[in-house]
Amino acid sequence: MTNLVVEISRYLIILLIAIYTYYNFRFFSMNEEEDRNFACGRQLVCMFMLHFLAYLVIVLNTKSEALMLFYGVQVLFFVCYIFLTRIFYKRVSRLLLNNVCMLLCTGFIILTRLNPERAMRQFVIVAISAVVTWIIPFIIDRVWQLVKIPWLYGILGILILAVVCVIGNTSYGAQLSLTIRGISIQPSEFVKISFVFFVATMFYRSTQFGHVVITTMVAAAHVLILVLSRDLGSALIYFVTYLMMLFVATSNWFYLGCGVLSGAGASVVAYKLFAHVRRRVEAWRDPWADIDDQGYQVTQGLFAMGTGGWFGMGLYQGVPEKIPVVENDFVFAAISEELGAIYAICILLICVGCFVQFMMIAMKMQAMFYKLIAFGLGTMYITQVFLTVGGVLKFIPSTGVTLPFISYGGSSILATFVLFNIIQGLYILKRGEEEENEKR
Amino acid sequence: MKKGKPNPKANRNILLFTYGIVGLFLFMCVYFGYFIQVQSEEVINNPYNSARLNRFEERIIRGKILADDGTVLAETLVDEDGSETRTYHYGDLYAHVLGYSSVGKTGVESLANYYLLSSHTNPMAKVLKQLADEKSVGDNVVTTLNTDLQAVASEALGDRKGAVIALEPETGKILAMVSKPAFDPNQINEQWESLINGDNAEALLLNRATQGLYPPGSTFKIVTALQYMREHSGTYNEYQFDCDGIYEFENFKIQCYHQNAHGTEDFKTAFANSCNGSFSSLGQEMDLDGLKSLSEQFLFNQEQPLSLPYNKSEYTMEEGAPEWEIAQTVIGQGNTLMTPMHNLMLVSSIANGGMLMKPYVIERVENTDGELVKKFMPEQYGELMNANEAKALKELLELVVTEGTGSALRTDAYTAAGKTGSAEFEKEKETHAWFVGYAPAEQPQIAVCVLVEEGGSGGQAAAPIARKLFDEYLIP
Repeated sequence: MTNLVVEISRYLIILLIAIYTYYNFRFFSMNEEEDRNFACGRQLVCMFMLHFLAYLVIVLNTKSEALMLFYGVQVLFFVCYIFLTRIFYKRVSRLLLNNVCMLLCTGFIILTRLNPERAMRQFVIVAISAVVTWIIPFIIDRVWQLVKIPWLYGILGILILAVVCVIGNTSYGAQLSLTIRGISIQPSEFVKISFVFFVATMFYRSTQFGHVVITTMVAAAHVLILVLSRDLGSALIYFVTYLMMLFVATSNWFYLGCGVLSGAGASVVAYKLFAHVRRRVEAWRDPWADIDDQGYQVTQGLFAMGTGGWFGMGLYQGVPEKIPVVENDFVFAAISEELGAIYAICILLICVGCFVQFMMIAMKMQAMFYKLIAFGLGTMYITQVFLTVGGVLKFIPSTGVTLPFISYGGSSILATFVLFNIIQGLYILKRGEEEENEKR
Repeated sequence: MKKGKPNPKANRNILLFTYGIVGLFLFMCVYFGYFIQVQSEEVINNPYNSARLNRFEERIIRGKILADDGTVLAETLVDEDGSETRTYHYGDLYAHVLGYSSVGKTGVESLANYYLLSSHTNPMAKVLKQLADEKSVGDNVVTTLNTDLQAVASEALGDRKGAVIALEPETGKILAMVSKPAFDPNQINEQWESLINGDNAEALLLNRATQGLYPPGSTFKIVTALQYMREHSGTYNEYQFDCDGIYEFENFKIQCYHQNAHGTEDFKTAFANSCNGSFSSLGQEMDLDGLKSLSEQFLFNQEQPLSLPYNKSEYTMEEGAPEWEIAQTVIGQGNTLMTPMHNLMLVSSIANGGMLMKPYVIERVENTDGELVKKFMPEQYGELMNANEAKALKELLELVVTEGTGSALRTDAYTAAGKTGSAEFEKEKETHAWFVGYAPAEQPQIAVCVLVEEGGSGGQAAAPIARKLFDEYLIP
């Protein structure tokens, strides 16, 4: 009987995530408010059913009452979070809210499977982050002084990164985190947001050549410090974000060309200069050559995804724990192994869906400042998704960044909550404007 | 808040960027799909993935391993109470090539692990069985192994230690692979402790065919001869040497086998007689860098195109080596070591006009109803030498049989070609006996390598074994 439930759930979960993803894109072609609400409602039904089935399998496999309770708490959290957000912010983007919950839900499922203790810690962080970042849309909507303090963002960002670079803890050869009273935080996750604000405020003021040079220098300082900390994944994310924001702010193809060329040049220099960069590139080009050491993580990821196939092995049927740092950088491989490649592709599409929404909001915003904020944060988000998933798929060399909202890690969760809630704030702001215009 | 200057181009650029990113992600999804659908099968069939493949054993009854004629070599028998036993019907006869699957996996059991644990029957039936929590039966793997040849090879080697391997030079199909002493894979669990802790000299688990490293002895003269012919193209036939059984350098002597005096020889007869004195002397003027690079071109010190576990062959002599080392190395003594399989690959590439075909042992995969699931095609590794060089070497190898040390292979039924070797490895012990060769010389169908540890002379101990394989395979 258990086997029957487990096997049927395996296919149902895939069906549910596929329907969810379908509505995610169908949504964009709907114009009526009523249709859109209907689609979002269906999405929630899918999400809660999927969540239930996954935890049913988890509980059947572990026979753990604690996990049963954990499931209950999660349901309570999701219901409250969705319900209260919609009450407090009437104009919230339901689609984006759903996507946040779907990604979190997937994160909880796979982390519970991999390491229940960490899943519970993750849940606590999620709950705290959800409450703390609750206020952000409110601030965005009302506090326009945010645009007045570019140098605060810029200097603060550089200072924090510099501190991490000098006294940070080293993990996997990079200085990433600070430990304060036993809590390890990764400041570069938060500096991402101040960085986007800095660039947006600077370009909002002026896009004259001299101004662009100054902004570029400060942005370059961020990137250089990250390179010195050997956090090349973040350095790349900052670089791409800056370059694209510069391009959108100035519409200057020459800047874009120079940026791409200097980026390519810097990559070559980094390859020549740093042994760890060469190792990553080698492990990407031919992971089989050094399968015991440098290629181990990539090949184990490929084994996991390949063995799982389209429909996955089923929860607890695979061996994702064989993959090093599976809960962080390689969580995508674990999802694909046990929940199936279809599920993993759906997650990828949901991330792209979020990005498309960010870009639509950016296009709708009239003020250049808000436009650049939405655009910059969206670029930052999708670059990170691309780097982590591309690295796991051996599409690009692995850079060791996390999958937002799914990977284990407190700083990443909190920063992603901040990011999404800023976007929600912009959306709410824009809808407020539109509704006022209609009234007139 | 004041509005920024409108920038009409900004939205267009955002849109462009969005299209670009969406396109990139769609491409990545396609790439991922291609990996899952097409590449994954080959990728996951890897010993490093054994932890995952072992999970398949909970759902699949391991398939059978068959010989090329369909004879069942290994299968999993299921008791009434559902307990499974991997059964090897021929005991130790196929021990090293088939390997085992219970205490780790080796041989075909490891190479074909994924195929044996996948079931390509009716997918509906498979899902239903999964739902009912019943096991499906895995696919069968058909090997290139020839049961008659394997039996003859094993019988001919008898109780002596060593290896006998045969393959088809044109395709690289491995026809037989015997390594002795062997173990009984049916008893592997019970005997495991004593097998891994047992006497080193016995080394029952070692596949001597691919992992045993031996001095190549006179079989290495194939390499030396080619290097000499390269250096003296057109003039090597003018070479002359007087052999009185012992060739004396300033400080040492080189003996021919049992101090046979070969008399006056030219290059070809020196090769056919396997004259040590002659080769040691011509080696002294040889371009040693050239010899080393030829050896490496012939896969010494290199990875070999083998999927079975193997050891790399070793060749170390550099330019400027002392006279004595040169004299030893060019006749296959010195520090040079090679595996029987490597030697077989060399001679079969000669038989195949210089082109080495990758040796392979899995011919195809079939589902339980005998329908083809996957077929493995012969693959070229590359040319070890050009066609003219292969032709010149063939001529030499034929002379070995017609006029030289390979007399055991003279027959009217077919013409064989090959090279004998008697490799010294320890003073006061008998030499290792080598034979590598192929037949029929005009249109090679089978290449054979025989190594008998401490067997004595290659011509007397090894060549007769090759003869039995050729007879079995070529005489109807």
